[in-house]
Amino acid sequence: MQKNLKAKTVAIIAVLIIFVFGIFGIPKGVSGSALKQALAQHINLGLDLKGGTHLVLQVMVDEAVGAATDSDVGAIQSDLQQNGISGVTVAKPDPNKPDVIQLTNVPADRATDISSVLNSRYSSRYDITPGVNNTWTLTMKNQTELDLKQSALDKAIEVINQRINGLGVSESVVEPYQLGSYQILVELPGIDDPGRVKDVIQSTARLETHEVMAGPWPDQQTAMQAIGGMVPPDAELVQSIAGASNEGSTAEWYELKKVPVWGGTDIRDAQPGHDQNTNEPQVTFYLTNAAGQKFAQFTSANIGKQMAIVLDNRVREVAVIKGEIHDTGDISGGGITEQYAKDLSMLLRTGALPASIRYLQESTVGPSLGADSIHQGVVASIAGMAAVMIFMLIYYRGAGINADLALILNLVILLGFMGFVGARLTLPGIAGVILTIGMGVDSNVLIFERIREELRSGKSPSAAVDQGFKHALTTIIDTHVTTVVSAAILFLFGTGPVQGFAVTLTFGLLANFFTSVFVSRVIFDASLSRKLHGEPISI
Amino acid sequence: MELFHDVKIDWLGKKWYFLGFSLIFSIAGLLSLFFWHHLPLDVDFRGGTVVRVKFADKPNLDLIRSAVNKAGLKDPRITQFGAAANNEVLVTLSLGQTSEASLDQGRAVIESTLTRNYSQAGAQNQGKLDLDNVSRGGLATWLEQKDPEHLGVTDAATARYQQQADAVMSYRDSAEHSGILDSVDALRGSVDPAVLTALEQGAYVSGFHVQSAEIVGAQVGKQLQKQAILATLYSLLGMLIYLWFRFELIYGVAAVVACFHDTLITVGAFSLTNTEVSLTVIAAILTLVGYSMNDTIVVFDRIRENLRLSRREPLADLVNRSINQTLSRTVLTSGLTFLTVLSLFLFGGEVLHPFSFALVIGILIGTYSSIAIAAPMLVAYQDWRAGRGKTAALPAAKKAKV
Repeated sequence: MQKNLKAKTVAIIAVLIIFVFGIFGIPKGVSGSALKQALAQHINLGLDLKGGTHLVLQVMVDEAVGAATDSDVGAIQSDLQQNGISGVTVAKPDPNKPDVIQLTNVPADRATDISSVLNSRYSSRYDITPGVNNTWTLTMKNQTELDLKQSALDKAIEVINQRINGLGVSESVVEPYQLGSYQILVELPGIDDPGRVKDVIQSTARLETHEVMAGPWPDQQTAMQAIGGMVPPDAELVQSIAGASNEGSTAEWYELKKVPVWGGTDIRDAQPGHDQNTNEPQVTFYLTNAAGQKFAQFTSANIGKQMAIVLDNRVREVAVIKGEIHDTGDISGGGITEQYAKDLSMLLRTGALPASIRYLQESTVGPSLGADSIHQGVVASIAGMAAVMIFMLIYYRGAGINADLALILNLVILLGFMGFVGARLTLPGIAGVILTIGMGVDSNVLIFERIREELRSGKSPSAAVDQGFKHALTTIIDTHVTTVVSAAILFLFGTGPVQGFAVTLTFGLLANFFTSVFVSRVIFDASLSRKLHGEPISI
Repeated sequence: MELFHDVKIDWLGKKWYFLGFSLIFSIAGLLSLFFWHHLPLDVDFRGGTVVRVKFADKPNLDLIRSAVNKAGLKDPRITQFGAAANNEVLVTLSLGQTSEASLDQGRAVIESTLTRNYSQAGAQNQGKLDLDNVSRGGLATWLEQKDPEHLGVTDAATARYQQQADAVMSYRDSAEHSGILDSVDALRGSVDPAVLTALEQGAYVSGFHVQSAEIVGAQVGKQLQKQAILATLYSLLGMLIYLWFRFELIYGVAAVVACFHDTLITVGAFSLTNTEVSLTVIAAILTLVGYSMNDTIVVFDRIRENLRLSRREPLADLVNRSINQTLSRTVLTSGLTFLTVLSLFLFGGEVLHPFSFALVIGILIGTYSSIAIAAPMLVAYQDWRAGRGKTAALPAAKKAKV
């Protein structure tokens, strides 16, 4: 018994040291400020205490589906051409259904050929159904669509992560936001002025080169009239920035071929630099091998024609193709600043977003508010803890010291654990700590009340302690399980700050199970072992 | 010291009073929920824009309201936040004034309106840097451009000015200053003299500081509402299953009814006092679901223990005795938790107020309900079974000893 007690005491002291280390690490000194600094290094604060920005954004995944079907429209057209089938219109009939492609004007005598072309190359991704009047409808398979959307979300997270890192925001978090579908949560600690970061995240930075079919026209109306009131299915009208075709030109409209020669995913590298002649900032981009070959083929076959460099659906530059271009180009003019050249080349390097995004939620907490909150939280914790500890001392006298020691160890383990696992302390998390104090001492009350009852029924002190712990145990397990179940549900359904609450409450109660059941018992045994058999205990 | 020694209170004899008490509060809450304040929702659930601003001097709410109105934002709600001495104001815009296309437009308009109308000095500060609202990054960039220490464009300069910006921020944002500088000169001693001179020439203090901004689009608000309701239901269900597994179904049902009663009255209290329900309030309510279960379990445990020992005693007497035996610990544990929650309510700050309010109400009601609702339900169930001519005995534990 005596030896066992020693081992247990050593174990408790070891736990104490380990978790104190979790809170402070090895501080540089023992002065107040050195301890404070050590504490700040080990306990991670949530955004609501540290200050920062929390964003929820929606990835418009339907666009990724649309882009896939767009490129399949082009592919089907060239497949049909290669098989000598002409006159078929391949288009997407309903803008609200990005997953549907329709073939109309199919020559009746080529129906079997078309069927075999479609079925051989597209049946793995589309449900292909023939319709009336020689039409064919391709509807993207559900699984294909889901895969596309998921990969768009994954890609968006990857791109946004790279962009934020490119801006040098440290400790940022970019992850799927589980409460919504195809949403992303972005946390930017220390950023309380999120404007620029938001712009950088949001810019699709979709750089493409298109063949110019006609134009320019001064405005959209004129353009529509010029092309006969309707945009052909394989073309699109795009506005340019001022100065796109030559120095001093205004914003104009162009009719471009819809399918680009190369697009956002084809860029290998991009660097900011300066124009050799004017010394204006510019961005130089380089294409991947495959896209470079495609570009060379296209340019050599279209010498004398115009091509447009399009960034985020605005024509940036229109140039006449003078010769074969391989894999590089510049974006210049249009009042590019040094900062813009730097940001844009970073954006091009990280690649285009697979779909545009929309901000759904934005919350910003300034660091001053966090400092206030921490201060108030600490005051409330100390007040609550002092009230509880004083009450326990008055009500249970000797055993009150026991409970108070257990309570302090409980808090040390809780904070040390937070330090070890790097869990974030949020403002509701501080409330969780305070609640742990109140709920933690409940276990001691349960045990002590039971011991008193056993003493009243005439049991000896050591038997009463033994029975008290034994009987209270079931109840303590119950109370811990019910609260931890609640906290677990909170963690699953909650967002940042609330999750912080769930975490501190859960850790706190788990630690409490150890301190109230094991540590308290050891302290009782230690004090009993120093007494004569049957000598009363202070409770 | 002992509070309750050998009490013999006839709890079940007072069940009609309890029922009346619970009904009054539940119905008052329900009436308010349906006909009066409804359920006031926080911006997280409701959607919209809330900007929290601290002023150096006592703010004129009417002036802010009319200025924000003039800037084109309809029906802004301007309310004092916390104690009047804090000079803090919430500017709230409805969801209708918060477009998902440009989410932070409302915030930008509010900030520029305040800058125009509420700066301590008006026109002469045009184009100058507002030290009360500049961000760390913004200030570092500004200093780098001004380059008061003539360091040129080097990495060392960038690091130096970032460090100077940090010094300004840590002075301004300390708990003592809460984001507002008395004057630019207050930074003397905190930053390099050359930097201070540059700041005195090119910067000013506006006398207000945007402490936080919360902008929530319609979609996220709806998502969160759904999640909050689901979470509450799941946790009630979780409790039911746990109690079913630990005791018998009727114990679980009684405890969950008591819990639902607690939740209803707590939510009703939010409606009656027109306090906004936020995400943290939901967290508090879920915690209460777990916590109020504790007292109930303790009483049930004792009832079951006593049922095993004396099967002949009338159930009502046995339940009374069980409640009285555990009364001391029920009151003590709830009282101690209540103490900590009360300190949170009193000292924890304005942000946590709704959260601690929910806990204060919930702990009181939760303790009451385990005595006044859950235990009598067991007796009522037995009476109901007896009335239908079935065996009267309440099911005891599945196992002889747990």
